[in-house]
Amino acid sequence: MASVTQNFMKLFRGSSGSPADAPQIQQKLTRRSSGLGELSRLWDSETPLCVLDLGSTSAANIRFFTERSHKIYSEDLLVASTEPHLVTKDEQGAMVLDSRKFLADNLQYPAAHFDVVLCWNLPDYLDESLVRPVMGRLWSVLKPGGMLLAFFHTKDAGPDSPCYRFHIVEKDTLEMQRIMMRREARRGPTGAIHTAVVDSFRLQRVFNNRHIETLFRDFASIKFFLARDNVREVLVVR
Amino acid sequence: MSAPLSADLAQIGKSVVIKGELSGSEDLYVDGQVEGSISLKNNSLTVGPNGQVKASVEAKGLVVQGKLEGNVQASDRVDLRKSAVVTGDISTQRISIEEGAYLKGKVDIQGKADKAAGK
Repeated sequence: MASVTQNFMKLFRGSSGSPADAPQIQQKLTRRSSGLGELSRLWDSETPLCVLDLGSTSAANIRFFTERSHKIYSEDLLVASTEPHLVTKDEQGAMVLDSRKFLADNLQYPAAHFDVVLCWNLPDYLDESLVRPVMGRLWSVLKPGGMLLAFFHTKDAGPDSPCYRFHIVEKDTLEMQRIMMRREARRGPTGAIHTAVVDSFRLQRVFNNRHIETLFRDFASIKFFLARDNVREVLVVR
Repeated sequence: MSAPLSADLAQIGKSVVIKGELSGSEDLYVDGQVEGSISLKNNSLTVGPNGQVKASVEAKGLVVQGKLEGNVQASDRVDLRKSAVVTGDISTQRISIEEGAYLKGKVDIQGKADKAAGK
């Protein structure tokens, strides 16, 4: 009963709530990842790697990389995309997210800084207005030859496909936790923008192979791994 | 959650706002707002659940329950509790992160050998 009350009260919390308040996480599934397995040969590098993890803050991932003397950067772009000040109107008056503001606040790294970017399922759940600008920025912060791993749903996935956070448990094995709740920016009756806690991130779109190739057209190569759970893993090389 | 009581623990309450340089030789508990820099080279800093720290931090140990914006250099360990919201780069020997903590920044684990070599 207490948890019902807590969830109810969350609906009335304003933007002062911390990002950590938002994602409520349950369920853990283990999944083999061919893309991660392909990347694993890099982890034994004696030269410390710079790894950018764009999923939810994961102690497991931080431990995985720091135990191997690599440097890990953590930045949760899905949570960052819920900041109310990003909401603006396009020429047709529709609410969109301001990609310039978003990139001014996030992914602020020197060019060619990272050896690996772990994108996870970000492109599928990120707002349409941010997808291409973010991929462009990721290209620029990757070193030439650097690799990016992303997961895409196949056409069989519905809009309610759960959004997960990913924890690396072995070189080719992930533990997935469903993200149950998140913040959402909304315009109130007075026009003021505020945040509300709503159900988890929703699948925004399903990319087909051609869309994915177009999304990563500036990269040197692209490799697809089809998994059994309606997910394609994509490994691209800058 | 109330602050742990200790004779060697200085406390900044939740209604206190400080701007500037903070340094000392005793453990510090911050539940208010601090902006600037905090240097406690041989002692620990705890940012309480109401704490809002916008400062570079140099300490032996760091526990964060509230908000911290700034780079952290901790010679021993860093604990991010579940309510922690941290924006900044962390350099330390050991780190523990509770489920639900939020971190935007780099984690660099420095071994004792690295520190001695000044890396």
